[in-house]
Amino acid sequence: MTADTAAPAQTYNYKVVRQFAIMTIVWGVVGMTVGVFIAAQLVWPALNLDIPWLTFSRLRPLHTNAVIFAFGGSALFATSYYVVQRTCHARLYSDGLAAFTFWGWQVIILSAAITLPLGITTSKEYAELEWPIDVLIAVVWVVYAIVFFGTIMRRKIAHIYVANWFYAAFILTIAVLHIFNSLALPVSFLKSYSAYAGVQDAMVQWWYGHNAVGFFLTAGFLGMMYYFIPKQANRPVYSYRLSIVHFWALSFTYIWAGPHHLHYTALPEWTQSLGMVMSLILLAPSWGGMINGIMTLSGAWHKLRTDPVLRLMIVAVSFYGMSTFEGPMMSIKTVNALSHYTDWTIGHVHSGALGWVAFISLGAMYFLVPRLFGREIYSLKLIEYHFWISTVGIVLYITSMWVAGIMQGLMWRAVNDDGTLTYNFVETVEAMHPFYFIRFLGGLLFLLGTLIMAYNLWKTIAGAKPVEARIPAPAMAH
Amino acid sequence: MFDFTSSFWGIFILVTTVLSIVAMFVLVGIFKGGKKVTSDRDEDTTGHIWDEDLKELNNPLPGWWLNLFYITLVFGVIYLILYPGLGSFKGVKKWTQVNQYEDEVKAASEKYDPLYEQFVNQDIAALADNPEAVKIGQRLYSAYCTTCHGSDAGGARGFPNLRDDDWLWGGDPNAIKTTIMNGRQGAMPAWKEMIEDEEIDQVTEYVISLGGRAHDSAMAQKGKNIFSQYCAVCHGVEGKGTPMMGAPNLTDDIWLYGGSKASIVETINGGRSGRMPPHKEFLGEARVHLLATYIYSLSKD
Repeated sequence: MTADTAAPAQTYNYKVVRQFAIMTIVWGVVGMTVGVFIAAQLVWPALNLDIPWLTFSRLRPLHTNAVIFAFGGSALFATSYYVVQRTCHARLYSDGLAAFTFWGWQVIILSAAITLPLGITTSKEYAELEWPIDVLIAVVWVVYAIVFFGTIMRRKIAHIYVANWFYAAFILTIAVLHIFNSLALPVSFLKSYSAYAGVQDAMVQWWYGHNAVGFFLTAGFLGMMYYFIPKQANRPVYSYRLSIVHFWALSFTYIWAGPHHLHYTALPEWTQSLGMVMSLILLAPSWGGMINGIMTLSGAWHKLRTDPVLRLMIVAVSFYGMSTFEGPMMSIKTVNALSHYTDWTIGHVHSGALGWVAFISLGAMYFLVPRLFGREIYSLKLIEYHFWISTVGIVLYITSMWVAGIMQGLMWRAVNDDGTLTYNFVETVEAMHPFYFIRFLGGLLFLLGTLIMAYNLWKTIAGAKPVEARIPAPAMAH
Repeated sequence: MFDFTSSFWGIFILVTTVLSIVAMFVLVGIFKGGKKVTSDRDEDTTGHIWDEDLKELNNPLPGWWLNLFYITLVFGVIYLILYPGLGSFKGVKKWTQVNQYEDEVKAASEKYDPLYEQFVNQDIAALADNPEAVKIGQRLYSAYCTTCHGSDAGGARGFPNLRDDDWLWGGDPNAIKTTIMNGRQGAMPAWKEMIEDEEIDQVTEYVISLGGRAHDSAMAQKGKNIFSQYCAVCHGVEGKGTPMMGAPNLTDDIWLYGGSKASIVETINGGRSGRMPPHKEFLGEARVHLLATYIYSLSKD
């Protein structure tokens, strides 16, 4: 496959994929380290060291931005650029624009890493970055869309592979969400006010926020799943028609689900109800993806025993199934009345973020890095360690948050026989303390697993020459 | 709450939602059926091949999954008939969250109010010896007061200690109850613009001397004149305070905002504006009565 003399048009652009793949690991380690640090602050509050930019309030958005947009974003760029080229049998639409998205995205991440600890924030959750950075995000995103869809236009196979549908939905929807949620009036270079007020602002924020989950953290990663699982298992995708039904149902339904974040608030009741109903309807479309991922292994189950990368991916899909069951349940008003504002939500998010998003991304990186650098993976044994240590970490994290969150919700609503509250707020915080420690331990284990992976990939890459892969002729359909 | 700007939106939401749910049934209807395939022979795939070996089977939608989809869709339809959701249609049950809240408050009132009403006409000083009344008062305190005054009622900077028998607004049972019922607004004015810096230092030395602490007596002597000119109106000629105005006693060495020289200078320069919120509307007199009982009982320990 390596051909140094081949003209660029005859090879794939692996350079930008390599760059994003490496930054996926780097930002993963950074973002998770910040997460473990703030988890430690919740156990030992003195760890903010009385330094303003080390306080939980400023580091928490740094953590979420780093893991979602820096780590998750880099993984999505790397895999989408790889997958769209490989499944279209075409080089990226433009090397220059692709390089622009890489450097642009890194500048955005660095700007976030500087402004958030300084307390420069719009205070919109998952959209904290101030307007100049938002403008840059919009520009990079439009260029990303041009590169991606330009490549699709160049495809040599008429039929567009299912992974690309999901990447396409992710790219288009995030553009719309980001632009409309970020509309604001700048009053200075680093300060702006939202274009929306009151409950409209809250609704736009959660329309954005929940679809950041739905399209950034779900659709994009389903695209990843649809390429890397069949490739790693060397099996055909289980059901084409299931992929059509769950793709359209998922894309259509997710966009309605935001109001479930605003149950029992000033949001009109009809909006709350529609949010809840559509969140419940979302269960089956979500599970459609899980079924297609897991059933692709039918006839090849034995591979799970010997292939830790495949196991990582399948466990990721299982966590996806679990958190997309939990989500609709939590959107039911009666359940939400207990779970809302508690740490149950934090546990739910992390079963999705660690179990699904991070595991499928890391699995994809184990697949990609050897192919991008022309080397065998340095150690399969270390992948085993990574898998088990991180899995134990996730289990500790989510079980401790289930217990802490449900206990917290029950303590808040407990009343004595004279109608007074049984517990005051501080008592609920005190009761959660041991579980915060277990959560910290879970996060630490997950980070340890990721560090083992970083070492493993470092040893794989060290001294390797980048691969220039020739574009093969499309296989003839029978 | 149906705050639509025109009747168009109610209809728009109704039609969009109904069409969306119907579309989901149609989508599933079009794609269900098909034959189960387990092999990966080429003739069983859809025929497309990407990236050398990526292929697709075309298995039917799993039956249990289809049923799950139908159940959630049917549940959604029933829910939207019963509850508000379809634009301005209020739902068969006419449920609103405000109704639910009011019903729950009413049920709680019916259940608990008699318990509180048996105490409300009893004298607080006497109730302070009734263990049941004090226990309920303590629970109320734990829920509503600890955030500012602390779990042990020891207070914090800017929030008075309730156990030390030193009272800004008076410590007899009725004064305590009035404080909780109506709230209080402390108002120490800022003197920075009115008094020279040097004179503020002098009056600070005088205030320190009032508590019997070590001070610069020459400065304090000058400060005394300034004190009588500006401060005595509220804090009294002897600095013993005026509970009617919430002006603290300055001679007891108990400090709400800190007793260090720097803190006192800051207080005089910038003023203070302590606020105790009112609880009459929020808790009702009967509960405040027991809360006052508990607070009063603390000062008797």
